[in-house]
This record gives sequence, C-alpha cells and structure tokens, in this order.
Amino acid sequence: MSVAHCGDFRQSYRDDMKVLETRFVRVSVGAFLVLLYIFPLLASNYLTSTMTTIGIAVIGALGINIVTGYTGQISLGQGAFMGVGAFACSYFMRIAHLPFWIAMPLAGLATAAVGMVFGLPSARLKGLYLAIATLAAQFILQYLFIHMDAVTGGSNGIQFPPPEIGSFVFDGDRSKYYLTITVAISAVLFTTNLMRSRDGRAFIAVRDHHLSAEIMGVHLFKYRLLSFSVSAFYAGIAGSLWGVYTGYISAEHFTLTESINYLAMIIIGGLGSVLGSIFGAVFMTLLPQFLTVGTGALAQIFPKIGFLIMSLKDGVFGIIVILFLIFEPDGLAHRWRLIKAYWKLYPFSY
Amino acid sequence: MLTVNNIEVVYSDVILVLKGLSLSCAEGKITTLLGANGAGKSTTLKAISGLLKSEEGEVTEGTIEFMGQKINGKDPEKIVRMGIFQVMEGRRVFEDLDVVENLRCGAYTRSDRAGVKRDMDLVFDYFPRLKDRRHQLSGYLSGGEQQMLAIGRALMARPKLLLLDEPSLGLAPMLVKEIFRIIQKINEEEKTTILLVEQNASLALQVATFGYIMEMGKVVLDGPCEKLRENPDVREFYLGIGEGGTKRSFKNAKHYKRRKRWLS
Repeated sequence: MSVAHCGDFRQSYRDDMKVLETRFVRVSVGAFLVLLYIFPLLASNYLTSTMTTIGIAVIGALGINIVTGYTGQISLGQGAFMGVGAFACSYFMRIAHLPFWIAMPLAGLATAAVGMVFGLPSARLKGLYLAIATLAAQFILQYLFIHMDAVTGGSNGIQFPPPEIGSFVFDGDRSKYYLTITVAISAVLFTTNLMRSRDGRAFIAVRDHHLSAEIMGVHLFKYRLLSFSVSAFYAGIAGSLWGVYTGYISAEHFTLTESINYLAMIIIGGLGSVLGSIFGAVFMTLLPQFLTVGTGALAQIFPKIGFLIMSLKDGVFGIIVILFLIFEPDGLAHRWRLIKAYWKLYPFSY
Repeated sequence: MLTVNNIEVVYSDVILVLKGLSLSCAEGKITTLLGANGAGKSTTLKAISGLLKSEEGEVTEGTIEFMGQKINGKDPEKIVRMGIFQVMEGRRVFEDLDVVENLRCGAYTRSDRAGVKRDMDLVFDYFPRLKDRRHQLSGYLSGGEQQMLAIGRALMARPKLLLLDEPSLGLAPMLVKEIFRIIQKINEEEKTTILLVEQNASLALQVATFGYIMEMGKVVLDGPCEKLRENPDVREFYLGIGEGGTKRSFKNAKHYKRRKRWLS
C-alpha cells in the first residue's frame, strides 16, 4: 500500500513498531534525506551555512521540547545550557586535547549534569514558579561565562578549534553542514524513539497528570530531573556544534534572548512534537533571514526611508510571530496533522 | 422553546461528531437526552451553548433556534445573556472562591441587586447544605456539594433554559436521588425549562417528560418518557430490564441478546 491507510491495519508487532508506516512516507522521507545530503552541492555557501544554523536550532529545540513540551516543565535556560556545552567542548579540546568526537559527547554529559543541578527546583516548583527558577539558571550561568576566564575567556570569548578526522579538518561550510545535519538527524531519530519508549511515556504522563503518573509508579522527581538533563544534553551538543559553526564562542551569544528564542520555536512549532521542533526551528531561523532580505530590497526601492524600513525589521518579526500564534495556536505540527487527516479521505474531509 | 434542527458538528474540520441531529425542548418541561459514552451528548450541549468554538468545533449544517432566534455561531457569553445556562459536566466550580462568591459569579449577567439577593436565598432554600457552608472555599466542598453549587450557580443567572450535563456524575445513589428531586422541584416551582443529559437512564426518564436517545451522533429514538420507559429496546439496553419485566439475571448460562430494532 502506498497510500495512507484509512484505519488501523497493523497485523504484527513489527508493523506496530514502524516509525514510517507506508511506502509513500518511507519513500518521501528517504528522498528528503537524500536531498539534505546533496543540498550543499546544489546550493550556495550562504544557503548551506543557513541550513547549518537550522540544524543546530533543531537539536536545541528538540532538547527544550523534551523538558517543556513532553514533560511540561518550563525551562528558560536553554540558551545558557548551549553555552555550557560550547565552552565545555572547547575546553576539552584545547586543554585536555581530546578529539572532537569524544569532547562533544563529554560536553553533552557535562551540560546534562549542569542541567540536572538547575532542574532540582522542579522537585517542588511547578509552572510559572519553575520558569522563574530556571531563569536563575540562565543568569547564574551567564555570570559564570563572563567571570570564569580560564575556561570561557571571559568577556572576550574564546577560540573553538575545528574538529578533525585524521588529516581532514572540518572548517569549510560544507563539511560543517554535513557534520551538523548528521548529528541533527540522529537527534531526531533518537527523540522519536525515546518518546515511544517506557521513559518517554513516563515523561508525557508526568506532563498530563502528575498525580496519575505517580500512582502508576512513576517517580516524579526522577523523571523531571531526567527530562532536564536529557534536554541539557541536547543543548550541550547543539552548543558544541555552534562552536564548530562559528569557530569562536563568547558569552554574548548565550543570553536570555536565545533561551526565549528556543521557547518560541517549540511554541510555534508545536509543544510535545518532534516534527514541531523541526518546523519551529526552521521557521524561527528562516523568518529573520527573509525579513532581512525583504526589508533590504524594500529599502533599495525607497532609499529615502530605507533606514526606517530596516529598523522596522524586529517589529515586523514580532508581529508575524504574534499573528502566527493567533491563527495557529496549537503550533505548526497540529496544522500538519490536520492537513494529513484532511487528505486521508480526499475529496471528503471526513 | 429550543429547536435544534438537523445539525452537523465537525471538530478541527476533520472529525464529524453529530450527523444531522434534531431535538426540541418544550417550554417549562424537562427534556432528557440519553445515550452511551461518545454518542455526542456533550457535544450537542456545547453546540447549543456556543462552547464548541473554543475546542475548534463548528456547526457546519443546520440551525439552532432559541425562542425564534438563530443562535448557532453566536458567542457563548451572548447566549448566556439570552437565557441559556449550561452546567458543565464535572462540576467546575471556582475552587478558590467561597460558596457565596461562586453564586455571585453565577449572577454576573444580572444587574438587579434585589433580585440577586432573593435568588441567593432561593438557592439556599433548595440546597440547605450550601447555606451551612456559605463561607467555605468551594474547592473544599464534597463532590455532591460542588454539584449542588454548580446547579445553584446556574439558577443565579435566572436562565430560561438550563442545560444540565450529567449532574449525577460520581455521586452516591442517595445524593443522585436528592439532586434529581431538586431538579424536578426547580422545574415545577421556577418553571425553568431543562435539557438534561444523563447516563442514569431510569432516573432521567422518571423526571423528564420527553426523551431523546442518541447513538453515534444521531437521535435514534424519541418520544414521551412514559412511552420510552415501555419500549422494549430501551428497557433492555438502557434500563437493564429483561423481557420478563425483572432485572436481567446472568445466572442463566445462555441468554440471547436482544437485537436493537433501530439503525445506528
């Protein structure tokens, strides 16, 4: 069957475990992956590096979606956690002389540990109160970035050595793209499967009704901490890749704005959805780029008020985000599901 | 008084819940709407009170008329002002307000202070238990008291039509009887028209005058309640009474299930 099933026709456990159910989906996802891997050969360097930032954003967004979207613990520290990952990775590579392949997972683990520490308030706090507590993580970490000169280079920032395999150095746009996209794809796959597992269901149970979850035997505190640390692990990986991407890291990038940006990604994309994290990351990365191009073009047409148009960019960005939320309050992933449901019985919608 | 004419309700543009449902409520009478779980009873009430919108639901076909005016597509707060008040399933009292404050909230749409005060006494008259607990936070009331508060809160709005969604939910049989007695009393004394959605079919058919039975988003059977009570299908499937007129005994190892005589 290549078309979507109009019902549940799974006949074996193997059928039941499939991530991609129909041949049509398998072929299109496969084609998409192939397209991702030949993309740099077809596109310009600018587009390739934009795609790299999208890949990093996808990983970070997946991370915050695990803690906020799936487990329901609002986290306002994703930006700072990315910083921890970036500085830790750079530290491991420069001082401990570890290769990137070991330094990146280690940086992820270090960030996970930090995330776990700042997840401790979740034992007692819920909702907005927890959000404020994680806000403290953001500020404490930012303070440390500036004052732990030995590790972070203080306010000057610090160099991030490029990863190497043998004699091959990842310093071009294309090689960085391939590195990022490969990690991003594995992150997507891992998250999808994590959420199908016993632990993933426990996360969702904690979000939907923590008392019911507890009564099933889910250790609430353990799973809240776990979600914080898994989320921070993703942030650590994303931070390391960010370091690779820029080659130079400073505390300036890992601010509250970045954290809120990630929160906005998953809200726009869809809370508690892997696909939503991807949609949100793409949306929030591309929209500013489009606006820069758009306002730049407008400014050339109307040179006299060009300056004014350019400075409107941030405002327009805000308005678009608000409009998006008004018309898609459940995120892009929800709309995607509705579109799929609509086509299932085409030409009848139900 | 209320006429629901052949409505279709679709959620999120893709899920069809009500498939051409019609019903009407006679003024001053209790009408009951029965049906299994998932038949669409609550959706029907939400369609009437306008709450569908907040759940991405929409009445795509048909009309809902209240006292000669079309009300589908109107905002819920406008519909309340026209005199339709829904008591939602599962009580939904304002937990951080006390009993009196909750009742005042019920009278939010009114401006006649004297009338509100009179009605508050009336509510306390119907539910003396609430009077004893008038200054307690409603979150600390028992389930039965919360249900009483929910109904009392509805009365405070002086509705012309009261939509009751499963008032017996989660209550002890004694309390269920008491609540139903009060519902009947309210109907007799205040002449409030009531549309009652219930799982407890035998009680609902006793207090109501006209009944509708829903299955899969459609009304499959309607009629005066005396007639419905006599209908063999209703007796078998909703009242749990066997053909002999006694409660079905499961002692007999083999029993043949009666097939429903309607299409669903």
